[in-house]
Amino acid sequence: MNQILIIDTGIANTASVRASFQRLGCDVSISHDSDHVRDAQFVVLPGVGSFGSGMDALRSFGLDQIIVERIKANKPLLGICLGLQLLCASSEETPGVAGLGVIDSEVTRFPESVRTPQHGWNRVGNEYAYFSNTYRIESIPTDWTGELSMHGAPFVASLKRGTTLACQYHPELSGDFGERVLVSWIETSMEAS
Amino acid sequence: MLTKRIIPCLDIENGRVVKGVKFTNLRDVGDPVEQSLRYQRAGADELVMLDVSATIEGRSAALETVRAVRSALSIPLCVGGGVREVKHAIDLLEAGADKVGVNSAAVTNPELLRELSDRVGAQCVVISIDAARRTESTGWEVVTRAGTHRTDIDAIQWAKEAADMGAGEILLTSFDRDGTRSGYDIDLLREIRSVTSLPVIASGGANSARHMIDAIGAGADAVLAASIFHDQDTTPSQLKEQLAQCGIEARLS
Repeated sequence: MNQILIIDTGIANTASVRASFQRLGCDVSISHDSDHVRDAQFVVLPGVGSFGSGMDALRSFGLDQIIVERIKANKPLLGICLGLQLLCASSEETPGVAGLGVIDSEVTRFPESVRTPQHGWNRVGNEYAYFSNTYRIESIPTDWTGELSMHGAPFVASLKRGTTLACQYHPELSGDFGERVLVSWIETSMEAS
Repeated sequence: MLTKRIIPCLDIENGRVVKGVKFTNLRDVGDPVEQSLRYQRAGADELVMLDVSATIEGRSAALETVRAVRSALSIPLCVGGGVREVKHAIDLLEAGADKVGVNSAAVTNPELLRELSDRVGAQCVVISIDAARRTESTGWEVVTRAGTHRTDIDAIQWAKEAADMGAGEILLTSFDRDGTRSGYDIDLLREIRSVTSLPVIASGGANSARHMIDAIGAGADAVLAASIFHDQDTTPSQLKEQLAQCGIEARLS
């Protein structure tokens, strides 16, 4: 049985993420213990809350370095929504606070011309995924592959490199498409290890 | 581009789905988990569950219902009913809600919206506004406590204030149209749209794709319905095909 650890930042809503992996037959735990996060088979960095409070939580549990090291070692990690943004260098949402810096991008706010938060289903390739965000990154960084979506202007829907997957959308809330994304992440990671 | 959402609404009382007219004469229409999955399969973009009893005693039962629905459901779930303090909202989120709707308590204590937004993020906070046309003058007033109390508060002003206080979305129900199947209150939607840039969910009165198209034309980002889905007159997927024929992008699965 695949072991999924969801990082408990104390501010994120983890119930939907937990339920989605349980439906796939995974064994799910929720923790912010640094040893557990370092050693877990699969780690999910979920996201609700602000960039600043998310980074504060990761630092206070000593998880910032551990996440970066996991990714360097190509140990499976899935970042969701704010989880994607925390992997970036910085964010307009909380100026002056450094992110994990794994993705060399700055997170910016959607333009004034579009409705924020972006609440709802937006196109990703030939599919639709569920988004709930006010901030985003604008283009795919050179050392990642990814998919774009459109809300006023193009923005990054997901990024992939090795066994690291970062989704601006919520795969756990994206119906059958989201389920396929989670299954694919697990399978790709199993093949890589 | 962001699609328009179709949202079935489940009114929950004592762990069962119920539906009334103008918030009264509730009848039992099914089991919450079964109904939720049926709607998900039928193309719902999201579900709203309102605990219409929402008593202190009923709260733990409501949390059980949310847990049961969450474990089965893979689309977003917004839950409201009786949220009077931050703790209630956190309990619902922990049980599996993705968004929490606040109604009467925010009218009495608007500061609750700011506290909630600070604590759980604006994207999780839905201000649920029940608006009734004034009987003696023009405009709409906010009604609370499941429609039993007319507050005299201007619904349009309240929407604006709630947005400023940190709500992330507006669930706008026309009390006059609820359960009547006579169409959404389009004038009300237009007025709300003119004062806020927040996403707005239109609610109350839906009977057809035409009603939904009109609501979207008046500025709604999502349309909610209950009776037409409970009575199995149509499905979200069928309605979306009609929306698509009118050039409105919806998620077709």
